[in-house]
Amino acid sequence: MPLLEVKEVAKRFGPHQVLEGLNLEVEEHQVVCLIGASGCGKSTLLRCINGLEEIQAGEIRLQGDRVTGPGVDLNALRRDVGIVFQSFNLFPHMTVMENVTLAPIRVLGMARAEAEERALALLKRIGLEQKAMEYPDRLSGGQQQRVAITRALAMEPMLLLLDEITSALDPELVSEVLSIVRDLAKEGMTMLLATHEMGFAREVASKVCFLSGGVVHEEGPPDQIFGNPAKERTRAFLKRIIEAGRL
Amino acid sequence: MGVAIVAANWAVVVYLGEVMAAHEVRSAPFDVGLVLFGVAASLLLFPAIKAVLTAGRARAAAAEQDVIAARVHGTAARTWCWYTFGYAAAIVIILLMALLIVANDVAVGRTFFYLPLMYDSFWLVLRAFWVNVYICVIAEVLVLIWGLAVAIARLLPGKPARPVRLIATAYADVFRGLPAIITIYLVAFGLALAGLPIVRDLPLSSLAIFALTLTYGAYVAEVYRAGIESIHWSQTAAARSLGLSFLQTLRFVVVPQAVRRIIPPLLNDFIGLQKDTALVQVVGIIDAFNQSKIVASNKFNLSAVTTVGILFVLFTIPQTRFVDRLLARERRRTQAGG
Repeated sequence: MPLLEVKEVAKRFGPHQVLEGLNLEVEEHQVVCLIGASGCGKSTLLRCINGLEEIQAGEIRLQGDRVTGPGVDLNALRRDVGIVFQSFNLFPHMTVMENVTLAPIRVLGMARAEAEERALALLKRIGLEQKAMEYPDRLSGGQQQRVAITRALAMEPMLLLLDEITSALDPELVSEVLSIVRDLAKEGMTMLLATHEMGFAREVASKVCFLSGGVVHEEGPPDQIFGNPAKERTRAFLKRIIEAGRL
Repeated sequence: MGVAIVAANWAVVVYLGEVMAAHEVRSAPFDVGLVLFGVAASLLLFPAIKAVLTAGRARAAAAEQDVIAARVHGTAARTWCWYTFGYAAAIVIILLMALLIVANDVAVGRTFFYLPLMYDSFWLVLRAFWVNVYICVIAEVLVLIWGLAVAIARLLPGKPARPVRLIATAYADVFRGLPAIITIYLVAFGLALAGLPIVRDLPLSSLAIFALTLTYGAYVAEVYRAGIESIHWSQTAAARSLGLSFLQTLRFVVVPQAVRRIIPPLLNDFIGLQKDTALVQVVGIIDAFNQSKIVASNKFNLSAVTTVGILFVLFTIPQTRFVDRLLARERRRTQAGG
């Protein structure tokens, strides 16, 4: 049974149809990359999986459990599915430590001392333990995004959604964030990421999905998608990416 | 232009002479102060003369076809002119006020600033001012809590909460529209008159606090609501995505940030509330204003009321400065480059 199943999901913003019966499966320990033009619905799909957006049709299952539609405890779902945003969205009035420990303490009911100990261990892994008492605005973009990843990891999610997490970063800060994702992939964290970093997608992905027209237009192992795409639209998209020097 | 300003300056100095003449009846320290002011006002001549001199230099340069030098001196002359204008305007305003006070044989001064009466009634008025302080401090604490409750009621999501939202909206509309003085009158007299148990036995000042809380709760609820809505939706998304509930998100993420943002408008409303404590005199509470009115009608002189005015102003200034410093400290703490 796949960890995540997305079945015939449709999502509309007013008259604008973003997802039109999209299907997707993510197995445990897989890293699935969503690629596609801006506005093709990558971010929307991630937000739907996390329950931040309501879907109009279809269903999403996590470990076989339906997590969309009536009667679903979204707060419980979100405990298991973490998301990291393009613009970090750290809480500016809290220190790094408070950002990371807020949810474990308030949602999981963890003791403060235990939560801080675990947060410090996580921060140490990303080399930011000295910044634990700083406020987010005093960190660089790359550091902020690493803290945001840590904040999501502190909930020990079974699935981590990454929404173009390097798109808002200066180019020289991208690698420090990607290396964390690479480490997580090696440790077997199940991840679904929307990205414009094609080289990175090719390197870490177990599966790449090209989104177009509100559905997964083509999917397959990275070497196939990037090396020998079967569909015309995928080829056209990759050609533009290569022309822009991004692959 | 420079010449005109010098002339204006002389006119100002002549004004000053008149004022000093009118005040010669007064004591020596006053005279010293006036002479010092006269000297300070005469310093206005300095920029005026500078303006004339640089303007002359600019003309000379222009005559010699030295365009750049003419431009430089011309700009300098204009700057000196503006200095002269600015300081002259300030001096004229101060002198006009002084003239108003001493007009009609110092009648204005005696009516509003009769020092012996201010001195005699000071403690009486100050003790009564405590009533204002007491009312506004308690009302402010209540307003902070009540306003937040109303704001959250107005922001509750979903259809089931609709009636609650409607009632909160109606409350805010009604009590923002009702003049505070009418609310105080109706609540403090009306509730006592209606003879409700418990309420009947409350002191008038408690009812006045209740009335002011109702009025300012409506204002502050709007301030809170604006503050909460000004926090970007992505903060809520981040909090909800971590599994925090709606109320937890408000409590830990949105409201703490909103409160920091609304402190300046909140202080505005609080100063309004402090001033409106003077309205409680309509129901016969002896606050500072009421007390000073008693003094004023006994002595046929308004100086005690001036004391109350000064007390109110002195009460608010430190708060403004305190909040400014609070905000500056907060910025230094959380933001880069501090």
